[in-house]
Amino acid sequence: MIRDRGEALLVGTPSDAEISRELIGTVYRPRGRGFRLLLAVALLGTGVLFTCITITVTVGIGTWGNNIPVGWAFGIINFVWWIGIGHAGTFISAILYLFEQPWRTSINRFAEGMTLFAVMQAGLYPLLHLGRPWFAYWLIPYPSTMGTWPNFKSALPWDAAAIATYFTVSLLFWYFGLLPDFAACRDQAPPEARVRRVLYGLLALGWRGSAQHHRHYRLTYGLLAALATPLVLSVHSIVSTDFAITMVPGWHSTIFPPFFVAGAIFSGFAMVVTLAVPVRRVFGLQRVITKRHFDAMGKMILCTGWIVTYSYIVELFIAWYSGDEAEVYQFFIARPFSHGSWVWWGMMLCNVGVTQLFWSRRFRTNTVLVWFAALAINFGMWAERYVIIVLGLQRDYLPSSWGDYLPTWVDLGLFGGTMCFFLLLFILFLRYVPFIAAWEVKELAHELRHGHAPTGVI
Amino acid sequence: MRHRLFSRGPVAGLVGELDSPDALLAAVRALRARGFTKLDTYGPFPVPGLEEALHLPRSGLGWIVFPIAMAGAGAAYLVQWWTNAVDYPLNVGGRPPHAAPAFVPITFEMGVLSAALAALVLALLFSGLPRLHHPLFELEGFERASLDRFFVVVDAADPAFDLEAARAALGDVGALRAVELAP
Repeated sequence: MIRDRGEALLVGTPSDAEISRELIGTVYRPRGRGFRLLLAVALLGTGVLFTCITITVTVGIGTWGNNIPVGWAFGIINFVWWIGIGHAGTFISAILYLFEQPWRTSINRFAEGMTLFAVMQAGLYPLLHLGRPWFAYWLIPYPSTMGTWPNFKSALPWDAAAIATYFTVSLLFWYFGLLPDFAACRDQAPPEARVRRVLYGLLALGWRGSAQHHRHYRLTYGLLAALATPLVLSVHSIVSTDFAITMVPGWHSTIFPPFFVAGAIFSGFAMVVTLAVPVRRVFGLQRVITKRHFDAMGKMILCTGWIVTYSYIVELFIAWYSGDEAEVYQFFIARPFSHGSWVWWGMMLCNVGVTQLFWSRRFRTNTVLVWFAALAINFGMWAERYVIIVLGLQRDYLPSSWGDYLPTWVDLGLFGGTMCFFLLLFILFLRYVPFIAAWEVKELAHELRHGHAPTGVI
Repeated sequence: MRHRLFSRGPVAGLVGELDSPDALLAAVRALRARGFTKLDTYGPFPVPGLEEALHLPRSGLGWIVFPIAMAGAGAAYLVQWWTNAVDYPLNVGGRPPHAAPAFVPITFEMGVLSAALAALVLALLFSGLPRLHHPLFELEGFERASLDRFFVVVDAADPAFDLEAARAALGDVGALRAVELAP
């Protein structure tokens, strides 16, 4: 029996009416100056993103900094980074659901939203990286006049299938979980918000919380959770095969799938913390998102951070143990000491160093310190992909083909632009969708009142 | 079909409003004890123990989703095999045209995708959703069913239906009100 050290999952004993007011009411709150300011910034950045996309498409990917030997750079770094961030949402909502962890309840909805928006950003990069994105549909096996078919032995169609499936299943899971809360938005609409009442009513699909509905609903929710669970593990495994099936030193490694999955969940939890701290403060949700949640997320960060650290150690050991000259050079000289090696040191500092702070419970429950640590980990995980891709490709087998990489302003514009596009989608979601699963919080409150809520292990 | 939940008699059913999940459970048990079987309840969240009290069978959805998932996965494998090994064999690095391990990722993904799509569509179909309107939405105060109130409906089609007995049972368990539902 694990002791619940006095940190409550819900502060006080809010009634269902209070929970509705607090969590569903957010969609009808007046929009303040802060929202408009943030919206303006996000729109501006999204404009930069679409400008850079236009330049990429009209001029070509020669506007990007990648060139032989560094054929993959920002396009793939950012793709892997965003996809990785997307993993925490499904991890929280699916895996923690199956393990009956009660602390997932208050954070699952917006973690799922984060997942969807992050995967949308991720999807942009491989599409643009094709060079001719208008031919992306060639990945789909359709009977074409060319008489050819996609080569399914390549990792590219695997990637397309994995990401399309992940996005679709995450979207279904998210929307299905939202049905009762859309119904609550419909039913709680103030009289003057008639149009939005109708819109929420349409989104709720006529939901009325019948026991007959709940019978199928609960089973389907569990089923979707069970289906999303292997996806969490498979998507990044498949992404990692993009690397592992090549011959590049530092890439051709069987540790990649679990290494990538752990890194993805690590960075995803860091992003959830990065978003949860300001959201909790702005919307005054200290009662629903408590220190207990940050404590639990901190433990997840620590645990996955150690899997990542372990992978770094194994990579170094295997490079040395293999006796392969290119591998040894890659891991012991190229990464820590060649062009751009400061990124490697940054990666080590953030992913291995900063993570150790999470051993302290006082640190984990201090939302300000945790927020800065989470930012550092977000950077650290981006740096890790930079190290693997750019530092890996810069120093290949033949010294005559070595080269150094620098991004162009279009690369930077696309990266910053996707962050703003993500922010835009996220703040619109916070304004127009109940971003905490109110019906699940009510269920949790009911179970806590009766003292039969599962305590969970974390 | 729109009103098939309710009979065509002078009264479609009796709705009782309750203020807590525990009161709802008590009401359902009391009504069941008096022989009513065609009951349905409405509330903001699935109350633990309610399905047992209503004697609802476990949803059979999984039995339909599973074969659909298998069919999706099988179709994905067949497409990969036929396109890459039969119709357009391509020698890439000496790999066999029918490279089963390389076909696993897409087979798996398509299996999961078809299962998830099937589960969602079936859950809606089984629940009779989407539906733009329902007679219960006419009931004054029913909007609180998604917020903080619980409702139990005794269908008039119930063979044991007796308006007065149902009303008395609801009164006994402390229902806030009992309203007749017009057909």
